[in-house]
Amino acid sequence: MSLSDYLQMSFVQNALLVGVLVALCASLLGVTLVLRRFSFIGDGLSHVAFGAMAVAAVAGLTNDMLLVMPVTIGCAILLLAAGTNAKIKGDAAVAMISVGALAIGYLLMNLFPPKGKANISGDVCSTLFGGTSILTLTNLEVWLSIALSVVVVAFFILFYHKIFAVTFDESFAAATGANTRLYNLVIAVIIAVVIVLSMKLVGSLLISALIVFPALSAMRLFKSFRTVSICAACISVICAVTGILCAALLGTPVGSTIVVADIAVFALFSLLGFLRAR
Amino acid sequence: MALLSCQDLSLGYEGKPILEHISFEVNAGDYLCIVGENGSGKSTLMKTILGLIRPMKGRVETGEGLRQNEIGYLPQQTLVQRDFPASVYEIVLSGCQGRQGLRPFYTKADKALAWENIRRMEIEPLAQRCYRELSGGQQQRVLLARALCATRKLLLLDEPVAGLDPRVTTEMYQLIANLNRKDGITVVMISHDLEAALRYATHILHIGARIYCGSVTDYLSSETGAPWLMKGGRKA
Repeated sequence: MSLSDYLQMSFVQNALLVGVLVALCASLLGVTLVLRRFSFIGDGLSHVAFGAMAVAAVAGLTNDMLLVMPVTIGCAILLLAAGTNAKIKGDAAVAMISVGALAIGYLLMNLFPPKGKANISGDVCSTLFGGTSILTLTNLEVWLSIALSVVVVAFFILFYHKIFAVTFDESFAAATGANTRLYNLVIAVIIAVVIVLSMKLVGSLLISALIVFPALSAMRLFKSFRTVSICAACISVICAVTGILCAALLGTPVGSTIVVADIAVFALFSLLGFLRAR
Repeated sequence: MALLSCQDLSLGYEGKPILEHISFEVNAGDYLCIVGENGSGKSTLMKTILGLIRPMKGRVETGEGLRQNEIGYLPQQTLVQRDFPASVYEIVLSGCQGRQGLRPFYTKADKALAWENIRRMEIEPLAQRCYRELSGGQQQRVLLARALCATRKLLLLDEPVAGLDPRVTTEMYQLIANLNRKDGITVVMISHDLEAALRYATHILHIGARIYCGSVTDYLSSETGAPWLMKGGRKA
C-alpha cells in the first residue's frame, strides 16, 4: 500500500490527529519543565500512570481513565506544587515515586492477572512502549484528546507571560505579587493530563522524549523564550507526523519511530548550533 | 509613617528561630545596608520583607501608599538562570508581571516602561541579546531594570555585586547610588562589602549576636560596629 492509501483510512487519520495534538502539548510544557530541571517528571508520572492502570486492570474497571487520571494528577501536584517546601526534593522525589509505582503496578499484575489477558508481559510491554494502541483509538478517545489539547494550548497562550515569569525567577514573581502557587498547581495538573494522554501515543517509557527533545533541540539554536517555545512546538509536530507515517509505511512501532525522529532533529540542531558558534 | 517598618520580627525555619526581636524603619530616600556574618539571616530577613517567608512573630508593614507587590527585588542569581534562553527585553518586561493581575498580555504602558528602564540601565544595544550570553555585570543591569519595572519607590537588593570584578562592582554601586540620589528611590541592600556600605549607604542594619540599626556615622562609634570594623583591619 502507498502513503495515500494509508491516509484514506480513518484510523490513520485519527492517529495523526491525536499524535500531532499530544506532541504539541508535550513540547509546550517541555520548555518550562526542562528549564526548571524537571526533565524526568514525564518519566516519573508516566510510571505512576502505569501503576494506576495496573490497579484499574486488576480491579476490573472498564474505563481505567477514571482511576489513572486522578492518581497521576495527585502525584504531579505532590511533586511540582509542593516543590520547594518538600522534605525530599526534586529529582529524588521523582525517582522515588516513579520506581515505587512501577514496582507496585508490575507486582499487582503478576499477583492478580486480569481476566482474559493471559499475556502479561505483552501487556506490560505495550503499556510501556506504546505498541499499536494509537492505531486503535476509539472515537471517544479522539474527542477527549482534542478537547484536552485545546485546553492546554489555550492555557499556554493565555498564561504565556506568567509561565515565563515563574519559570525564569519564581521568587521574583512571588515577591511582585504573582500567585506562583496557583500557577504551579495548574501546570502540575496539565502535565499529568498530557502524560496520561501521551501514554496512548508513545507509551510511558518514551514520554520523556516527547517532553524533553523538542525543547532541547530548540534551545540549541534559538535564544529567546518565545522563539524557543514556537520552535519546540513546530519540531514536535513535524516529528510526530513523520514518525507516524514512517511507522505506518515501515511497520515499525509508532512510539520509538517518533522518538528516533526527535533524536535526529536534536542531532541536526546541535550540529547547526555548533557550526554557528564557531 | 515610614515606607517600610518591621516590628519585633522573629524569623526562622521550621520553628527554629534565626533572628529575634528585629525592629527597624526605612524612610523614603534612605539607603539602608544590611550587614552581618554569613548565616546571620540577612537573606531570610529580605524574603520576609517581600512576603516570601512568613515571620514567626512580628509584622512587616508598608506605608506611604506603597503596596506589598510594588517592591522591586534583585535576587541572587539562581542555577536555572545561567543557561536560560530569554532575551533581555523579555526579562525586563516580566518585571511588569505584578501589576498584570489576570490580564493575559502586557499593555502598551508596560512595554513603554520596560524600554524606559532598559535605557535607564544603558543596556539598549543588548535588548534583543540572549541573557545567558551576557557578562555578569550586564546580567545584573538586566535584573535591576526588571526590578525597576516593578517599583517606583523601593528596591531590595540581595548582594548585587556578588561575583563581579572590581571595575564592574564600582559601576554597579554608582548606578545604585544614582537611583537613590537622583531618582529618589529608596534602597535596601544586603552587602558583604562593609567599606562600600559605609561609603554609599545612609543607614546600617547590622544583624547577628548584636543588632544595630541607625545612621552610618553613629554606627562607626557604636558598640556593634566599632569592634567589627577593627576586626576587619579597617580604620573607622
